Parts: sequence; C-alpha cells; structure tokens
Amino acid sequence: PCNEMDTIGTKGLNGLKAEGGQADSSSQGAAFPPTFSLSEVKNKQRRHLMFMKLKQEKRKQKMQLKKKRRKEREALGDKAPPKEVPKTIENQRVYDETTVDPEDEEVAFDEGTDEFSAYFNRLTNPKVLITTSDRPRGRTVRFCEQLATVIPDAHVYYRRGLALKRIIPQCVARGFTYLMVINEDRKVPNGMVLCHLPDGPTAHFKVSSVRLRKEMKRRGKDPTMHSPEVILNNFSTRLGHTIGRLFAALFPHDPQFVGRQVATFHNQRDFVFFRFHRYIFKNEKKVGIQELGPRFTLKLRSLQKGTFDSKFGEYEWVLKRHEMDACRRKFQL
Amino acid sequence: MADRSRLCSVWLGSETGILKGVSLSRKQAFNFCQVSSLSRDQEVRALCWADPAESELLVGSVNGTVKTFSTEKGLFTESRSCGDPAEDGAFTGLAVADGALVTCVESGKLRVWKEESSVHVLEVDAGKSVWRMRQSPEHRHRVATGGKENGLRIWDLQRPEQPVFAAKNVRNDFLDLRRPEWVRDMAFIPGSDKVVTCTGHHEVRVYDPASPQRRPVLEAQYGEVPLTALALVPGGTSVVVGNTHGQLALLDLRKGLVRGCLKGLSGGVRALQCHASRPVVASCGLDRFLRIHSLEDRTLLHKVYLKSRLNCLLLASRDLEEGEAAEEGEKKEVKEEEEEEDEVWDAMERVEERGEPKRKLTGEEEEEEEEEGVRRKSKKKRKKGQD
Repeated sequence: PCNEMDTIGTKGLNGLKAEGGQADSSSQGAAFPPTFSLSEVKNKQRRHLMFMKLKQEKRKQKMQLKKKRRKEREALGDKAPPKEVPKTIENQRVYDETTVDPEDEEVAFDEGTDEFSAYFNRLTNPKVLITTSDRPRGRTVRFCEQLATVIPDAHVYYRRGLALKRIIPQCVARGFTYLMVINEDRKVPNGMVLCHLPDGPTAHFKVSSVRLRKEMKRRGKDPTMHSPEVILNNFSTRLGHTIGRLFAALFPHDPQFVGRQVATFHNQRDFVFFRFHRYIFKNEKKVGIQELGPRFTLKLRSLQKGTFDSKFGEYEWVLKRHEMDACRRKFQL
Repeated sequence: MADRSRLCSVWLGSETGILKGVSLSRKQAFNFCQVSSLSRDQEVRALCWADPAESELLVGSVNGTVKTFSTEKGLFTESRSCGDPAEDGAFTGLAVADGALVTCVESGKLRVWKEESSVHVLEVDAGKSVWRMRQSPEHRHRVATGGKENGLRIWDLQRPEQPVFAAKNVRNDFLDLRRPEWVRDMAFIPGSDKVVTCTGHHEVRVYDPASPQRRPVLEAQYGEVPLTALALVPGGTSVVVGNTHGQLALLDLRKGLVRGCLKGLSGGVRALQCHASRPVVASCGLDRFLRIHSLEDRTLLHKVYLKSRLNCLLLASRDLEEGEAAEEGEKKEVKEEEEEEDEVWDAMERVEERGEPKRKLTGEEEEEEEEEGVRRKSKKKRKKGQD
C-alpha cells in the first residue's frame, strides 16, 4: 500500500511538474489579464521562478540603458551634461528656519549669556560625575568605567538608590559641573541624562549601539590621561547648537595635542554618533587613525531648562514622535 | 521705526530683554530694544497695554524697571523703577487701573504706583509666593493673584485690607492627605464673577465668588505635567491651556472635557492669548516660536521664528492678522493716515522685496539703525488699493 501511495504521489508530482512546465511555456505565450500581479500566484515555487525571471528582465533592461547612456556620454565627450547627483535624505533636508546664521547678533548674544557662558568664558573647568540607575549590571558598569577614561576629570560613583534631586545640590557644593546618569535596562545601557550643573539644561538621550573596548576591531592601546580634542559635526539648528555646546563643555578647554586623541560627536539625521580615536600624521598629507574607547549612538529625547526635574520642570524641546516624524526629511538638530 | 511699530499686531517679550513686534500680514518680525544695552537682567517678565486705545505698552523687566513703549513712535519713552528685585523677585503681573500702575512680584507684594513717583501708594501682601496676577477686564480695580501653596485670591484695590474672595483648598484625597495647590495662571470669565485657574498639578478649576462655596465649582484635569498658561476664548465657555511639554488643549468649561488639542509646539508654553474678535489663539514659549492657531479647526495658521526664548505675549485688538484682512486694514490705514498726513505717505516709497524670509536681516538692520541713531528715511511706495 505504501509503495502504491508513493508511486501515485510521484506520478502526481510528475504530472504536476509536466503540467507546470507546459503551463509555464503556455503562460508566456498566453495573455495575462492586465491587473495580474505576481502575488496572485499561489504556488510558491512557480511564483519564485516567475519573480526571478522578472528580475532578470529588469536587470537586463537596466544594463542596456546604462550602456546606451555611457555611449552617448562618450560620444558627446566634453559637451556631456554633468553627472547627476543622487538624491539622499541629507540632500533633500527641508530647510530649517532655526538654522543659526553665524553673523546673527541676537543669537550670538543669547549664546554668549546662556547657562554655558561660565565654561566658554573660561571661568570654570569641567568636572563630571558619572553614575547609573540603581543596581547596574556588568556591561553598564564597564561602560561607565570606559567613559571615565575618555572624559578627563570624570568620577564614577555607585548610585545607592539615591534621588537625583538630592544628589544635585551636593554635586554643586563639591564643584561638579556635569552629572551624567546612564540608565540601564536588562543589563544594557539604554539612556543617558546629562545635567549641566549650576542651573543648566538637562538633556535626556536614548543610547543605543554601545560597543565596549573589548568588542572593537583593530583598536589601539587604552586612552591616556591627555585631554582630547573635540570635533562637533553638523549641529546646525538652534537646538543643535545648544546640544553641541552641552557636549563641548564636557571636555577641558585646551586639548593636549601631545596625546593625539580626539573625541568626535557627529550628528546625522538627529542621531549623534560618538567615536574616540587616536591619530598619527604619517606625513603631511596622510593620517592614520586607530579607534579606541567606547562608541555609542545618542538620540535626543528631551531638553529641559533647569536642573533635573522631570515632573515640574519646563521643557525647551520634547521629542513628539508622531508630530515630528511625519516628514522624513525634516530634522531638529 | 515708527511705521514698523505701527504695523505690528503681536508684541512679545523675550528672555534677552528685546521687545519683539510681529506683523503677520507682512510675515516680518521686528526687534525693539534700547540702544545696544542688551543684558539678561532686562529679561521681560510682564507686558500689558497702558491704555485702552493700545498706543502704549508697559514692559516689566527682571531688574525691577517698568518701561513704557509707544507703538506710535516706536520708542521706549520712559522708564521707572518699581521695587528691588533682590528682595522681591521678578514681576508676575502688570496692570493699569485708573491711571495708576499695579505691579505684583514673586514675593507676594502687590503694589500700586502713581504717576512719576518711586514710592508706592498702596501695598498689599498677597501671600508668600505669587506666580501670576491678572486684572479683571470688566472691573478694572479688581485683580486676582495665586501662587505655590497660595490659593486664588481676588483683591479690590479700593478696599485692600481683605480679599474679596479667598479660595479654599479642595477636600483631602482618599488617603486623607492635603492636596497640594499651585496656581499658575487665571482668567476672569466675562459676564459673571467666575474665575478660571490652571494649576501646576495639571488641574483646571473654576471658582464662583457669587456662590457660597469657596471651593472650586468645576475641576478638570489635563495631562501629567504642570499647566503653565491659560487663555479664555471669547464667549466664555471654553479655555485654552498649555503645559510644560508644549501641549495645548482646548477645554470646555461646561463639563470640563477636552475638546481638542493644538499641535505644533515642542517646548514649554509661556504665554497664551486669544484674539478678541477672530477665533485664533497665539502661543509663545521656550521653543522660540510664535504660533497662531485657528480655534475652529485647530490648524496652525502662522509660525514665526524669533530667536530668543519668549516670556510673554500681547495681541492688539485690531484685526490685522490674516492676509485679506491686512489688505483692508492697510487700505483703511492708508486712507486714514492720508487724511491726516498726506505728504508723509506720498513721500514714502514701497520696499521692493517683500515676503522674503529676511527676518534675521531686518532684525539686524533695526538694531544697527538704532545703534547708529541715524534715521534713514526708508523709502516705501505704498500703492494704494494694491497689495
């Protein structure tokens, strides 16, 4: 009985295959209704084959078009039109009216007298307190330690379940200028609260893609105690300027070029990428870089005026996903 | 400068001390500030009209001075020092009653100042902390004050010993704990004695002094963060509130329900005002934008970037908000002023470039002009009957 079933089964399949083949050949000849789409074919194998054929056809046409264009371009020689630049989301970015004009006096005055003016007028030196949410686990602890080596004059303290509103006056009394709290979720750091201390703004970031030193490929030796140079890329709007200054005030004013270390905060599409490198000039035109130190990505969630007070504080900017994400080409930073 | 200040239909005070005037029809913002003496202690905390004809503005700054700005001339005409900011705190309310200036400061002192004297005529202690003082539009000698752990009190300036109405805190909650109170803004409802307040504990309360109960007649909640500003919609049945997250909501005062939200703000709301005749509401806040929303369909009509954080806002009652209305308004203005000063208008040529986003540059130009003190005759051709 099994054998019979098998033979029937295989015959059946063979029959189908034969039919399939015939159907294929006939389908190419047969006229499809114009509203036919590949997804209507229920048979997975047949659908797959048809899709592959469609892709090959499209690719062939694309190559032919490319060849033709290249021939035309060569034929024209010097008179050929310039190569078209592909559209990217950064190219198509909607012009933000809050983009800072470097010659604007009012904005310059606003920035010159804001909460960071003490740092930028060289009246204070940065001193950072790094802590975590309560009871941190391995990865977060190591991340904090590595951050403390990257930021000069940073101290890591264990958070003993203390309330931030109580820690802040004590930090101010001890001369700290920044409070950085790394929030942890399921043994992985996922948030950061950066509070500028005397009375400064508090920024809340979402942290993602944290790579510790062990996980870095081709990394160099551990960072030394020299102050790094700071690179802030692409912070163009007014909010971007505030956040850029927030990052800049973490590091001491004068970088020690002997150490050849550089910390980069690169803003692209509202994500801030942090990288830490050591560079060496091989000759006047060539530079070699080695990535050291942790790397992570930040996304701003809110900027609050005043020190940390999430319930009663006033927010200068809050990420409202549904309103702000409506346009894919509009960015805030 | 004078013609620029005459165009402005919205006046705003910023944290940098600059008084900004915005002309919505021309989509331009102008800065009016005293000659290059910008400093943070000039931060504007309170704005109010000095007279019902709206020709003069009173600007209260953090350093305790109240300056008078004339919209006709486009200049600050006088300045008087009203109190010592070190012991009083900043202004939380300014009003004009019977030709006298009424000021209220954060420490709770409500003072009445007469013309040109640096000593107050009357002082009332309105509690330990006052976050807002507002004047009743119908009875100009009545003011309301409220603050943190300081309930709503309505004062009559002619009988200042006792408040006319002192609100009682609501009943204890289900754990029998005292409910904290923090009044942040209030408004007098026209046509009756009622006052609506919004609190830092995200509540909106309506009090009725005419009724025997001193507790709120109506209580509504909105959001989870403090409500910072309140504006009454003309008509008196609904109210617009804003909170520290930049959420604006339209609440109905008959049942206390949220009718809808106005979207667009990204920072805390500092001031809100509804226009007297048109159904629009203007809002300004920490995100450095002035936004005008329509109350009927809750859409954004205008959005103007003003480079500093904005503290307070005043709308002119004249109808120069929309483009079509502006044309008519301009025509009317031109005709009226032609009747008065024909030669001046004929001499002026029209600025050719209009409607360009050159707000920053015009702002700079303004400041430069003011600094230099050279009155260049700006050539503006006003084509009559054509915009």
